Amino acid sequence: MSDYLIQFNNISKFFGKVIALKNVTMKLKKGEIMCLLGDNGAGKSTLIKTLAGVYKPDEGEIVIEGEKIIFDGPKDALDMGIATVYQDLALVSLMSVTRNFFMGREPLKGLPFFKTFDLEKANKIAAERMGQIGIDIRDPSQAVGTMSGGERQCLAISRAIYFGAKVLVLDEPTSALGVHQASVVLKYIVKAASQGLAVILITHNVHHAYPVGNSFTVLNRGKSLGTYNKKDISREKLLSMMAGGEELDKLEVELQEIDRQAN
Amino acid sequence: MSTKSKSIQSKNSFNQDDRLKKVSPIRMLLNRPELGALGGAILVFIFFGIVAGDTGMFSAYGMLNFFDVSANLGIIAIAAALLMIGGEFDLSIGSMIGFAGICIAIPAIYWGWPLWMSIVFAFSMAVLVGYFNGLLVVKTGLPSFIVTLAMLFILRGATLAITRLITGRTQVPGLRVLIENDPIAWLFATDTFKWVFVWLGSMNLIDLRTDGTPLATGIPPSVIWFIFLAILSTWVLMKTRYGNWIFASGGDKNGARNVGVPVGRVKIGLFITTAVASTIFATIQVLDAGSADTMRGSLKELEAIAAAVVGGCLLTGGYGSAIGAAFGAIIFGTVSMGIFYTDVDTDWFKVFLGAMMLIAVIFNNYIRKKVTESK
Repeated sequence: MSDYLIQFNNISKFFGKVIALKNVTMKLKKGEIMCLLGDNGAGKSTLIKTLAGVYKPDEGEIVIEGEKIIFDGPKDALDMGIATVYQDLALVSLMSVTRNFFMGREPLKGLPFFKTFDLEKANKIAAERMGQIGIDIRDPSQAVGTMSGGERQCLAISRAIYFGAKVLVLDEPTSALGVHQASVVLKYIVKAASQGLAVILITHNVHHAYPVGNSFTVLNRGKSLGTYNKKDISREKLLSMMAGGEELDKLEVELQEIDRQAN
Repeated sequence: MSTKSKSIQSKNSFNQDDRLKKVSPIRMLLNRPELGALGGAILVFIFFGIVAGDTGMFSAYGMLNFFDVSANLGIIAIAAALLMIGGEFDLSIGSMIGFAGICIAIPAIYWGWPLWMSIVFAFSMAVLVGYFNGLLVVKTGLPSFIVTLAMLFILRGATLAITRLITGRTQVPGLRVLIENDPIAWLFATDTFKWVFVWLGSMNLIDLRTDGTPLATGIPPSVIWFIFLAILSTWVLMKTRYGNWIFASGGDKNGARNVGVPVGRVKIGLFITTAVASTIFATIQVLDAGSADTMRGSLKELEAIAAAVVGGCLLTGGYGSAIGAAFGAIIFGTVSMGIFYTDVDTDWFKVFLGAMMLIAVIFNNYIRKKVTESK
């Protein structure tokens, strides 16, 4: 049971009459990367916000290290070590790498009432952390705006890890990136997992998910189409499941029909 | 020594000292938002040094004059800059100045309050107005431009209506006699470092009156407040956690909120700051003139914003500096006074003010692109 770091059992979420999520189950072990795949409107955003503690699930339970947990807000989830990196990354491009890295959680020094932001320590840690990823920042006081998209993504992930994430929830980390940048980010995600984090990678890009994932959960219209280990499923099968393969097959038949009638 | 050998051993490992040396001091300077205003201030001084060097503008008396004007503007410009970095505007600064003035004068003259109590009352009202402005902006999500524009009219109207209702006039004189022996008023009404000027006078280094006392008697309170606020604001912005939150709230409020910055609280605090700064401005002026006027502070909000913009603040928030706004205020103060010492008609001052702002905005825009462009 507590073999799993985190479990989401039969999670459902309703908005009025709309069923946003129905009986979604996911289980992750330490060091595992689970890819959550789904097309637009599949319920990915709702699921992310449920994981992050923004929404409370209407049904089902969240179990962390064998203990049943109810999140009262995003801070609760964060305190339990579930860190969500949203698509906007929560980075301010006009601010320096260091100031972004410690935004909202600045290290302090000095006497009470005169506590100052310990920039020296912050610069050192930020530079160290970015160096570990292999990102060459010339100066931790340079603006984040000067970094590439991939570097920013890595900065946001690195920040989440530094502040004690056990489970990383990544929302479309590669969607805005070119092939090279995406591969840098994916490599970093694998590295993070190998250090014992559980990673939930949310994406609609099977080509990015397949090489790094250990297991794959496909969402369609709020329902889970099942979780598959990598050895049990091929990239093509995943792709067709995601796109609603049956529906496309049906469409093809119908199109042929129209074609024939026209002739 | 050890750091050096380490960096040679592993080229991949990041070595801070090594990297920092690669950034040239000039580039570091170029990345500072106050650069433009500093350069502008130097240019202005050189210009008047050449044009008006022998007119008495740069005598002790003349300098105190234009620094007094600069400092008054600077007090509100610094607060406006902090708020702009936090991503908001306050157009009610000028009206707040008028309002604070009568909050001091009416209780002191008509209700018989001691002056110090009236001053405390004015500052309490400032906190309330600032809090209300901030709360409205944060809770409704409306642009602060609109909310505080409404407050500009409300406060100015209320100032006029209340004053006329109670006094039957638009001016409340008679404050000067109350300053003496007041436990607080001296903070806003005392010239300091008088002995320096007496000494300079005795050495015949500055101009004297016919009775032998120096023409310039001391540093006016506005200048002391201005320097104090410039240092305090810069320290808060650059060295404290709250400063980082100000940049974050202005740069990207959703992002900041997601990582735990209390954006609402930060913004409300900044609105209170501008209202309190307006009240400092008002107290100094009211005690100096000995009277409150309902029209005091008109258009000051725009001058404050202009000084902040010249000082490197972006209108979109998240970038700027308090020192920059201070230099912006010095530029405006120096030119507005200096123009009297030249042959130029003073009517041209506003033209200069506008042109200066345009150049600053274009320059700042260019700098921002440079700072944020990907490499």
